[in-house]
Amino acid sequence: MAGPPGFWEAGHPAENLVSYIIRRLFAAVGLVIVISMITFAIFYLIPRFAGATPESMAARYVSRNPTAAQLHATAQALGFYDPIYVQYFDWLKGVVLGKDVVVGSSVDHCPAPCLGYSFRTSQPVLPEILRRFPVTLSLAVGAAIIWLIMGISIGVLSALKKGSVFDRFAMTLALAGVSLPIFWTGLVSLSLFSYGLGWTPPGGSYTPLSENPLAWAHALLLPWITLALLFSAQYARLTRAGMLETMGEDYIRTARAKGLPERTVVVKHGLRSALTPIVTIFGLDFGLLIGGAILTEVVFGLPGLGQLAIKSTLANDLPPVLAVVLVTAVFVAVCNLIVDLTYAVLDPRVRV
Amino acid sequence: MTTPTVETRGVPAPAGVPYLDVQDLQVHFTTDDGVVKSVDGLSFHVERGKTLGIVGESGSGKSVTSMAVMGLHTASNAHISGSIKLDGEELVGADQEEVRHLRGKKMAMIFQDPLSSMHPFYTVGKQIIEAYQIHNKVSKKAARAHAIDMLDRVGIPEPSQRVDAYPHQFSGGMRQRAMIAMSLSCDPELLIADEPTTALDVTVQAQILDLLRDLQKEFNSSIVIITHDLGVVAEVADDIMVMYAGRAAEYGSAEQLFNNPEHPYTWGLLGSMPRFDKAPTARLLPIKGTPPSLIRVPAGCAFNPRCDFQERVGSACLVDRPDLIDGGDEHFVACHIPTAERQKIWAQEISPRIS
Repeated sequence: MAGPPGFWEAGHPAENLVSYIIRRLFAAVGLVIVISMITFAIFYLIPRFAGATPESMAARYVSRNPTAAQLHATAQALGFYDPIYVQYFDWLKGVVLGKDVVVGSSVDHCPAPCLGYSFRTSQPVLPEILRRFPVTLSLAVGAAIIWLIMGISIGVLSALKKGSVFDRFAMTLALAGVSLPIFWTGLVSLSLFSYGLGWTPPGGSYTPLSENPLAWAHALLLPWITLALLFSAQYARLTRAGMLETMGEDYIRTARAKGLPERTVVVKHGLRSALTPIVTIFGLDFGLLIGGAILTEVVFGLPGLGQLAIKSTLANDLPPVLAVVLVTAVFVAVCNLIVDLTYAVLDPRVRV
Repeated sequence: MTTPTVETRGVPAPAGVPYLDVQDLQVHFTTDDGVVKSVDGLSFHVERGKTLGIVGESGSGKSVTSMAVMGLHTASNAHISGSIKLDGEELVGADQEEVRHLRGKKMAMIFQDPLSSMHPFYTVGKQIIEAYQIHNKVSKKAARAHAIDMLDRVGIPEPSQRVDAYPHQFSGGMRQRAMIAMSLSCDPELLIADEPTTALDVTVQAQILDLLRDLQKEFNSSIVIITHDLGVVAEVADDIMVMYAGRAAEYGSAEQLFNNPEHPYTWGLLGSMPRFDKAPTARLLPIKGTPPSLIRVPAGCAFNPRCDFQERVGSACLVDRPDLIDGGDEHFVACHIPTAERQKIWAQEISPRIS
C-alpha cells in the first residue's frame, strides 16, 4: 500500500532516529573504552620504561623506610605484579560490576561504577568525583553562557560593520583574547579585581550553589569571565566569518526583497544559518570543559575535576586520573551526540 | 509624421502614467580598480498589465537595474542617480524604510535560482507566510491558509501538504512555482523576474512562462522579465529593451524587435539563437568578442569593437556615443548607421541569413 510508512514500519523517521541514536551510543561506548585503555597504558607503561619496578612504584604508597616485605605486599595488593591487561580488566570490571576491595583488615564493597580507590588517600574515587563535578559544571555553564552571548553578538556586529572602527577594534581584541593564556589573564584579573579593588572574593573561595546562590555567583564571576574571554574571542571570529558568508547568500537578498526589516533579515535569516557550525564547535568545547578547566580551576583555586586531575597526575595517583579522563570522554561523546542531533533540528537538509 | 527628435534623456512616457517609469538611471560602483558604470543612463517604462523584456549578455547591467528598482543595492559603494517612479512615487533617494514597505507589497521579485534563493532551513509555507505577514496584519492561521491558496494557484499539487515541505524537497520547477507564489503573496502590481527560467529544464520553462502570463491576466500586474534568452521574451514580452554595456541599444515593441531589428547587436543576438526550423548545416552567427569591461567602456559606441558594420559608418562610432533615437513608431535605436541604411542591411544582408 502506498502512503507514508506507519510509526513502527521500517523507514519511519522516528525509527530512523532511534536506531541512529543507538548506533551513536554504541560508538560512544567504544570511544570511551579506547580512551580509557590509552590512559591506562600511559600510566602503567611509562614508569616501567623509565626503569621503575613494582616495588619502587609501591614505595610511593607506604610509610617511610618500608621493609622489602611491606613493599612486596603493597605491590601485590595494588596488582602491580599482574600483566597490564589483567590490571586493565580488573579496573574495567570494577567500573561495570563493582568489586570488593581489601582495605587493611576489612573488606569493602565498591558498588557498580567503581572507579577504584585513590592510591594516596585510600578513599573511593567516585564520591570525590561527585563532589567536584558540580564545581566544574558551574564553571563551564556560567562561562558558556557569557561567551556565547559575547562572542556571537560581537561577531554579528563585526560582520555587519565590516571594515569599520568597531570591527577592527573587536577583531584585534579577539586576536589578543585568543593569544592570552588563562594563567596570565586569570592572575592579572585576580590581583586587580580581587586583591586590588576587592570587588570579588580571593581565589579558593567556592560556595556551592545550594548553600548560597549569591556567594556562588560572586566567587565564580571572575573565573567565568576569564574563561569566557578566551572562548568569546574565538566565537566572535567564527561568528563573523560565518555571518560574512551567509549575508552574501541569495536567500538573504530574497528576504530583503520581501520587505523584511533588516533586523529580521540579519537574525532570522542570516544568523540562523551562521549558527550551525558554531553549535558543532560549542558541543566539543563544552564537553571538554566538563572534564575540567584545569588552568582556570588551578588559578582560581576551584575544587573541580581539573584540579583533581592535575593533583593526582603529579602525585602519580592513577585511579582519580582515570576517573576524570573517563568522565571527560563520556561528556565529549554525549555532547557530540547532542550536537549531531541538534544539527538535524537546525538544518532540515540533514534529516532523511 | 514629425521628424525624429533627439532624445538624450531617454524615452518619454506615453499618455497615461506608466506604473514603473525609469528615467536616466545610473548605477555606479566605486571599486579599487575604478568606477564600474553598471547602468549608465537608462530609461524605460512599463504600464499596468504589460510585460517588458530586458535582454542582454551577462554584465550588461540587467540585474543591477532590477536591484536598483527594488532598492536592494545596500552596498555603501553603490551610487544611484536618475529617477525611478513606481506608481508616481519617486524611489531614488527615498527613505529606506518607505522603500522597504513597498518591497514585497507593490513590487516583488522572482530570482534566477530558486534553490539558493529560498532559505534552506525554513519550510516553503513558512517563507510565504513570512512574506504575507510583513505587509498584512493577519493571524498565523489566516496567513497559512493564504499560503496554501497561493501554492494552489501556482499549480503545486496537494498544497496543504506541500506547504510544510522544505525547498530541497521540491523539484526545480516546483521550487520556482513556490518562489512565484511567495512573490505574488501580497498581490504586487509590479513583478520583476530576473532570469526566472534559466535554471530550469526546457519543458518546465514553458510551464513557468505560461504561469506568469496567466497570473498577469489574473492580477493585472506589470512584469519586467530579465533574460539573456530571446526565446523567453518572444514568448511573453509586449516591449523589449536590448541592453549593452549599461545602456539601451534598442527599445521597441516585441514585434518591431523580432521582425525589424535595427541595431547590429540585436542582429547578433538573433543570429546567436539556435533554431530548430533551420537546416542543421546552417551555422549560428555568433557575435565576435566579449562584452566590454564596465570600468573602461569603449569610447564612442560601446559596441564598436564587436560591430561588423563599424567600417561603413567610419569614425563616428569610435568618437561619439550614439543617442537612443526614435526612428518612428516608438522604435528606439542607438546606432550611427542611418535608419534607412539599417533597414536595408537587415532586409538584404542579415534577415536572409538567420531566418
